Amino acid sequence: MKPLLLREYTATSCIGRGAAATLAALLEQRSGLKRCDFDTVRIDTHIGEVPGVDAQRLPKDLQIFDCRNNRLAELALQQDGFFDAVQAAAARWGRRRVGVFIGTSTSGIMQTELAYRARDAATGALPASFEYGTTHNSFSVADYLRQRCRFEGPAVAASSACASSAKVFGSARRMIEAGLIDAALVGGTDSLCLTTLYGFHSLQLTSPAPCRPFDAARDGISIGEAAAFALLERVPESLDGNAVLFHGVGESSDAHHMSAPHPEGLGAKRAMQAALDAASMQPGDIDYINLHGTATPSNDRSESQAVTSIFGPTVPCSSTKGATGHTLGAAGALEAVISALAIRHQLMPGGVHTKRVDPTLTAHYIRENRRGAVRRVLSNSFGFGGTNCSLILGCAG
Amino acid sequence: MSLSAYIGGLGVLGPGLHNWPQTAAVLSGRQLYVPAPTVLPVPAMLPPAERRRTGRVVKLALALAREATANAGADLLQMPSVFSSSGSDGHICHEICQALATPAREVSPTRFSNSVHNVAAGYWSIATGSLAAANVLCAFDASFVAGLLEALTQVTVDGETVLLVAYDTEYPPPLYAKRPVPDALGVAMVLTPERTPNATRIELTLTDEPHDKMADAQMEALRLAIPAARSLPLLHLLAIGAPGRVILEYLDVSRAAVRIEPCV
Repeated sequence: MKPLLLREYTATSCIGRGAAATLAALLEQRSGLKRCDFDTVRIDTHIGEVPGVDAQRLPKDLQIFDCRNNRLAELALQQDGFFDAVQAAAARWGRRRVGVFIGTSTSGIMQTELAYRARDAATGALPASFEYGTTHNSFSVADYLRQRCRFEGPAVAASSACASSAKVFGSARRMIEAGLIDAALVGGTDSLCLTTLYGFHSLQLTSPAPCRPFDAARDGISIGEAAAFALLERVPESLDGNAVLFHGVGESSDAHHMSAPHPEGLGAKRAMQAALDAASMQPGDIDYINLHGTATPSNDRSESQAVTSIFGPTVPCSSTKGATGHTLGAAGALEAVISALAIRHQLMPGGVHTKRVDPTLTAHYIRENRRGAVRRVLSNSFGFGGTNCSLILGCAG
Repeated sequence: MSLSAYIGGLGVLGPGLHNWPQTAAVLSGRQLYVPAPTVLPVPAMLPPAERRRTGRVVKLALALAREATANAGADLLQMPSVFSSSGSDGHICHEICQALATPAREVSPTRFSNSVHNVAAGYWSIATGSLAAANVLCAFDASFVAGLLEALTQVTVDGETVLLVAYDTEYPPPLYAKRPVPDALGVAMVLTPERTPNATRIELTLTDEPHDKMADAQMEALRLAIPAARSLPLLHLLAIGAPGRVILEYLDVSRAAVRIEPCV
């Protein structure tokens, strides 16, 4: 594929609002996970909550979109001058020539959860104030961003569970290459809700402790929330030295199970190889791998096998989910932004909370930060339904 | 800028619409439309253990995908897919939200696994054994055109033969009052980059022009009731089998102009 420029990027998660705060947390190896005290949830687990989401307000004319997920999207949009940057893109290319591609797994489902607590005792009806389409529906967050930024190009939500916001890079890439648009707002937004907390708990996939990816004693995920965005454009003729490019994307399916990864990481392997092929790169071109690394026993085992089978046992890799939690449909975009920061600031972030790396996992998992040239990063995102996506980001040249 | 492909297979299922040939007969006026609740077949292509767990979304999407790909006779193992739906399984959503509104909050693990928007794509991959990519999209009432755009870019840019499945299922009360989708309906297409015998050429551009409606009152009611039925003006044109152009509803400020040229 033809590389694209990440002209702007931003991320907001429990480790910080915006790129600078995110980078600072990575440099300090600080985790944002805390004991779960979300809403009325009574589960012995840890969560990655973004402070201040409830206090965030949406513009008056877009109140119909009001829900936790869109508040988080708005909060993230205001960081790093990102909102102004995308407005400038609309001015540069025309409103019809900017597309919106946003990944989410549960969007604003919490509005429906709350509405079900407030059903009419006699009729069972949901409250009159409850809006389904502009809050709960998966498209809500993409539509909110489209209307907020006043874009008039194609817009879509991608909802492939935890691979959602990695896959939007692929869809945006195709639409730019087809010539339908000149710029794309890509990213992901997923917010804490009861469906995912109780749902993953019912599958016995949540850990009582802060999650420990690749640890010998890892015992499940910590659910987090995040919004992360990038503005993609074609690569201009001249680039500054700090530019980060999107070089390749690989997508695959497992054909195995709805909620368990393929034991040997068959689909994961295929996605990573396809990303290398798309980028016209060899495994040796990758300096660091940002793993999906959820900290479930089965995910980390199959991902380690898949990584080692392609890259061997020496490429440094880590999961940043010990810091951010698993932000589900936002994880792909959040970790793409972390990968961009890794390249820009020459940092391989060590995985936090992991005490003893599982000796049976062959991938080269790093627990301490490493500084030095990081020219190319591969970032993995896998999800329920056996969906896999790998992205390759890198510096220019 | 336009996107184009050849239609190598079609599948349709909906209220009173049992498959593509029968739907084509209805839409071209050769057969009377008899409204009836959508009948969803058991997905025989899934292993029994998986089959038991599937809800209406999966049954609908798999039936559509199967009809479209059976006609195309294509190699399923290599075929990327695009699944586009205006929502996930409304029944599962209802069950989960109802459970979460009780003090016990016992969510069924199977229901939770099947609540993801990409549930049909997951089961399609399991059913076919295909490791090819699936892109799973939602654009609320614009989901059919959003899926068509994604599929056509895959054909045009990557030269892939792509399966598009656009589908919606009904919502139970009390959600129905907020999202009145009355029944299940969907359409599937195999879109190929190369012309095959008897394949119809499809070309899409975005436009400001007002969208087309169905002349038949029952079909127009259906078009408005179920998001995937926003495809009906296109299906009508395909049923007639003549060259032509229709404007499909997409986003508020944007519509899709679709031109059809049957190959003879």
